[in-house]
Order: sequence, then C-alpha cells, then structure tokens
Amino acid sequence: MNKTALQKIQDFIQDFGWPRLIIALFVVVLFLIAPFVGVRLDASLQDVIARFGQNGVMVLALVPMMQAGAGLNFGLPVGIIAGLLGSTLSMEFGFTGWLGFGMAIVLSLPFSLLFGWLYGVLLNKVKGEEMTIAMYVGFSLVTFMAILWIILPYHNPAMVWGYAGKGLRTTITLDGYWARILNNFLALRITPSFTLPTGTILFFILLAFGMWLFMRSKTGTALTAVGSNPDFARAGGVSIDRMRLISVIVSTIYGAIGILVYQQSYGFIQVYNAPLFMAFPAVAAILLGGASLHKASIMNVVVGTFLFQGILTMTPSVINSLMQTDMSEVLRILISNGMIIYALTRKTRVTK
Amino acid sequence: MKGHAILHRVANQAVVVIFLTITLLAIPVSGLPLPSIIQEIVTRMGRNAFLVFSLILPIMAGMGINFGMVLGAMAGQIGLIFAVDWNIVGVPGLIFASLIGVPLAAILGALAGAVLNRARGREMVTGYILGFFMDGFYQLVVLYLMGSVIPVHSPAITLSRGYGIRNTLNLDSVRQSLDKLLNVQIGGIRFPLANYLVIFLLCLFILWFKRTKLGQDMRAVGQDERVAHAAGIPVERTRIVAIIMSTILACLGQIIFLQNMGNMATYNAHKQTGFFAAAAILVGGASVTRATISNVFIGTLLLHLMYIVVPRAGTNLFGSAMIGEFFRDAFSYAIIALALVIHAWRKRAKAEQERSLLRGNVIVRDGTNGTNPSPTALYGQNQGESL
Repeated sequence: MNKTALQKIQDFIQDFGWPRLIIALFVVVLFLIAPFVGVRLDASLQDVIARFGQNGVMVLALVPMMQAGAGLNFGLPVGIIAGLLGSTLSMEFGFTGWLGFGMAIVLSLPFSLLFGWLYGVLLNKVKGEEMTIAMYVGFSLVTFMAILWIILPYHNPAMVWGYAGKGLRTTITLDGYWARILNNFLALRITPSFTLPTGTILFFILLAFGMWLFMRSKTGTALTAVGSNPDFARAGGVSIDRMRLISVIVSTIYGAIGILVYQQSYGFIQVYNAPLFMAFPAVAAILLGGASLHKASIMNVVVGTFLFQGILTMTPSVINSLMQTDMSEVLRILISNGMIIYALTRKTRVTK
Repeated sequence: MKGHAILHRVANQAVVVIFLTITLLAIPVSGLPLPSIIQEIVTRMGRNAFLVFSLILPIMAGMGINFGMVLGAMAGQIGLIFAVDWNIVGVPGLIFASLIGVPLAAILGALAGAVLNRARGREMVTGYILGFFMDGFYQLVVLYLMGSVIPVHSPAITLSRGYGIRNTLNLDSVRQSLDKLLNVQIGGIRFPLANYLVIFLLCLFILWFKRTKLGQDMRAVGQDERVAHAAGIPVERTRIVAIIMSTILACLGQIIFLQNMGNMATYNAHKQTGFFAAAAILVGGASVTRATISNVFIGTLLLHLMYIVVPRAGTNLFGSAMIGEFFRDAFSYAIIALALVIHAWRKRAKAEQERSLLRGNVIVRDGTNGTNPSPTALYGQNQGESL
C-alpha cells in the first residue's frame, strides 16, 4: 500500500502531536524575527547552545525510567542530591580544576547508587502510582537534606557561612574550583558574541553515547521490553522488578552527573530548596522532544532540550522587544506545564 | 490471629501514629505555654479546615487527592482582588468576593474535571501539574490583563506601571470580618464563632450530600467505575461534578483563609494550599480512597500543632530556627509520600490476591482473608511477580 505524501504528513503530525508542532514552529518564528527586532542572532544561539549543554544530561537521565515503564521521573531530585553531595564533598576536600570535577563525579557515585537503589526498591513496590510518589519522595529528600546542609561538618570557608563558620551557603561559587571547566574546554570563538562551549557539548555527546550503548545492550533491550509489554517480558524470563530497579539506578546516576554539568556551566552550587522543582523543566523538555510516557529516545532528548531552551532564551528577548512587556515567565509556565499535561492526558495508542 | 488484626489496625493508622508521636515529643521541647498553643490551634482550625474539606468529595469519587484544588484558591483570590478594588467592606466584601469567585471556580473545576477524565489512573499527578499550568493563566490575568483589559480602578492595588496587581494585596477592608463577626471569649481564649459556624454548616452539607442521589453515585463511582457504569451512573459527569464542587469549596476556603491572614501574597498565596490541605487530610488518617469529616478535623489539628511546636522545638534543640522549619517541611512531604505509598501497597496486595484467586491459589496475607486453598491449586505456587 503506497501512502500519498499528504497521508504521510498527516501521520507524522498525529504522531508528533499538534502542541509540539506549534511550539517547534513558534521557536523557529522566534529565531526568524529575532534579527528584525534588534536581537543578535549569534548571541541568542550561544545562549541556547550553552543552556542545552547545561541541562541536557539531566534530561537524558529521564530516558531509562520512561523506557522501563516507570513513568516520568519526577524524583529526579534524588539524583540531584547525590550530585550535590559529590560536588560539596569534592570542594570540602579541596580538589580543584579537572580533578575537582572528576572527584565530584566519583564521590557522587556511591550516593547515587545507594539512593537509586533505595528509590528503585520503593518504586517497585508502588507500581502504577510511581509519579506522584516520586514527586513527594523527591520533595521530602530535598527538604530533609536541607537540614543536613546546615548540620553536616563542612569546614571549607568558601562554602560555609562566614560569620557562623558552619552550615552551607545557599549558593556556593565554583570560581577557583571548576567553574565552566567543560564550557571552556576547547571553546571555539566563532563570532565576538558566539563562543561554542565545546567541552560541555562533547561531554553531553559522550554521555548520550553511553546511554545509547546501554539502551542497546542486552540489559537495555530487556528494559525496553519491560516498558513496552511487561507480560511479554515476563514470559520471556525477564525479571520486571530487576529491570526497573536498574533503570532507576541509571537514571539517578545520570541525574547526579547532570547536576554537576549544570553547576560547572552555571558556576554555582545551589543547595537547600533549589533542587525542589528541577525535575519539571527536564520532564517538560523530553516531552516537548516527542517522548510519550513510556517511550523516549536520545533524539527526543536532543530535540526537546533544544526547543525548550530555545523558548526559554528567545522569548524574553524577542517578546520583550516586540511587546514591551516581560511575558516570558508566563509563557514558560504555560508551555512547560501544558506539555506535561498533554502527555499525561494523551491516550496511548496500542497498535500502530 | 488476633495480634495480626491489631497489627493491621496499627498499620492502617501508621501515618497518624508516627505523626502524633513526633508532635507530642516536640511540645515540651518547644517550651510554649499551653494556652498560647490552644489559642493558635483554635485560630488556625477556623482558618484552614474549610480548605481541607474541599478534598473530601474527589476522594469519595475515587479520584485521589485533588491537588488541582489550587484552581479554586486562585478563583477566590481573584474574587478578593475585586472586592478590595470596589472597596466593599466587611462581610459583604467576602460575599461579593465569593459571588465572583464561585462561578469562576465552577468553570475552572469543569475544565479540570474534563482534563482529569482523560488522565485516568494518574489524576493526582495530573492535578498537580494542572495547578502549575493554571498558575500561568492566573499570572497572565492578574499581572497583565488586570488594569489593562479588565478594569481595575484603585491605584492602591495596581503596580506603578499602571496595570497588574501588586505583589502584596492589603485586605484591610475585609480583614478578619468573619472572625470578628461573633467573637467569643472562653477562659481567655478567643473563639471566632462565625467561622466555626460556617464550617459546621459545611459539615452538615457534606453529611446531607452523601445521602443524596449524586452523593451515592459519587461513592459508587469511587468504588468501582465499571459497576457504576453498568448501573447506569454517568461516570465521567459524576467525576466532573466532584471536581467542580471541590474547586468551589476551595475557592470559599481560600477566601476564609485570606480574610484571617489580612493580606495576600498575590502571586504566591495559592501555591501551597494544595500541599497543606493534602498533608492535613492524610495526617488525619484519611487514605487516598477514604476520607471522613473527622479525618479533616483531626488532621488539621495535628498538622497545625506540628507547625506551631516543631520549629520552636528545633530552635531549642539545635539553636537554629531554620532546622525546625526544614524539618516540618520534610516531615509533611514525607507524610504525603508515606500515605501514598501505603495506599499503593494495599492496592497491589489486593490486585495480587484477586489474581491468585483466579489462578486458584490463595495467598494468605492476613487473618481476615484466609480461605482454604481450593483443590485446583496445582500450579502457580504463589508467584509474587506481578505488575
């Protein structure tokens, strides 16, 4: 059966979904009109790419759990907390530069393994209710850790409150440690206001490639099988609980590394309540990239993060110059949460 | 067998028991005098109980905790903005705010109900995100449209740029008008009697409503949608009605809450209402599928007792008020998580039991359901693996 071109386009639109298409077009339009309202295109592009690298890994972290059928990982803060422990410990021990960044990753690993394991065991016990529970597990862990940030014996004067000599500051600068270390690695200055953060992008590609390999390994295939047809997977001798547990642990590890990449690009470590809502933009981004609740690919991550960050950077500058008001915050809220609601309410098509 | 049953009962109330223990331990540590604690509780109960009530109907209809109740809170706030702008003072101001808020809440509730109907089985998370989403609309209306498209007269409440409402709205004109309508002093403690009267009327309404046809339908839908559908109950419509009523109650509840507070953080006041109400009703022993009026009262009382004593206890124990504040937040979040986990566990255990019955093999989980294994139980020995 030969499909006509029109049918193919219709199929594509239905697959991709109207909201995504409209938002993608919206971003393209923003880029097209940017030069006419006095917004520098290269500077905007620089922003989008830098933010892409900054946030990409955290979005990547959502892939395994979605593939394994554990839903959107609103508990991403669990991984983020592991990452925060890694970077604060690395700083406390006085590691700087590449060693500091490397040690932050290494030190975060035991925590992400432990947290991921506990979190995964819990999620296995509450199948079907993962998302709401994940959200509240994340919230309670973040607020509980806030107590620990105050009482843990950190001593590095760059991190603790000056007058009390204890308790972490709300934002800790990474200057002199590993601020922008990936961003500056092999950075390419293309135009005066467009510098490509090569290192961050390379690091993202490396991790994305790692995820790609993992998803194509024997474990990854079994994991996908669990997500797309649990009964079939069980009949094939795959342990559903084990696969889901692995997916949660991998997601948590990626979440931890994701926040470390975010920190080096941002230049600060944010503790206390900062990680509370960090899962939501990541979730919105991957859904914007075309993922559904139980199906996500690396491509969805790349497209989604680019579109989402495109909106975040372009709307303030372009819309402001067009309308003389700052509506970007409202747009951001509507688009990101609208995307999540769209995915949650979309009836999943069983057969294609 | 008997010990098992008691254990089961305790597990049923695990949330309340844990909560009560920690709060009771914190009371002496906080060093607060009992009368001032009681006064605080009396005030806060009058202020908050109404909001918590708005969660009962959706739970009855099997839709879980309606985190989307913040939509109603937003409607109430818009009503209050107009009441202040038109300078309608006292209780009439509150009534005016309700007259504007309630229709808005009904529309928003219908919308939310329709969305939740498309998200069967994940109503809670969808409702939560819906709250975020509508917050965007709320900002659009209040920050951009009010004063530019929607007429707002008072320069005292508009931002200096000429449109949009200020970050903090002074509610002096309606401040504590309901609280002070019938203020009674008993043993040195002030009772905002009018406030409690309204809550009492609401209780009567809910008791009456449960007996009506609609209330019965709601319960039937909550128990088993398929059976309800087979019995000719319009399932989707009943669910939407439950959400509409919840949203309207949340709207009124928010108006009562804010008149007591006396001022309103225009862009933040509604953000935590869902969280507080959910924590309160769950702490009171409600589950995601069952909630009663007593759950509301016990929960509101316990939650606020904790909110009063724990920060002070934290200050006294650790010398830092921040620790106490983070602790109560962590604790409230954890309580919600725990209640949801217990609910999910039970649901799974039930599903497993049903499945094993189909297999002809009974898993004896507790004393109450121990029937003899049927003679056909030849295979499928207790396969715990399930979805």
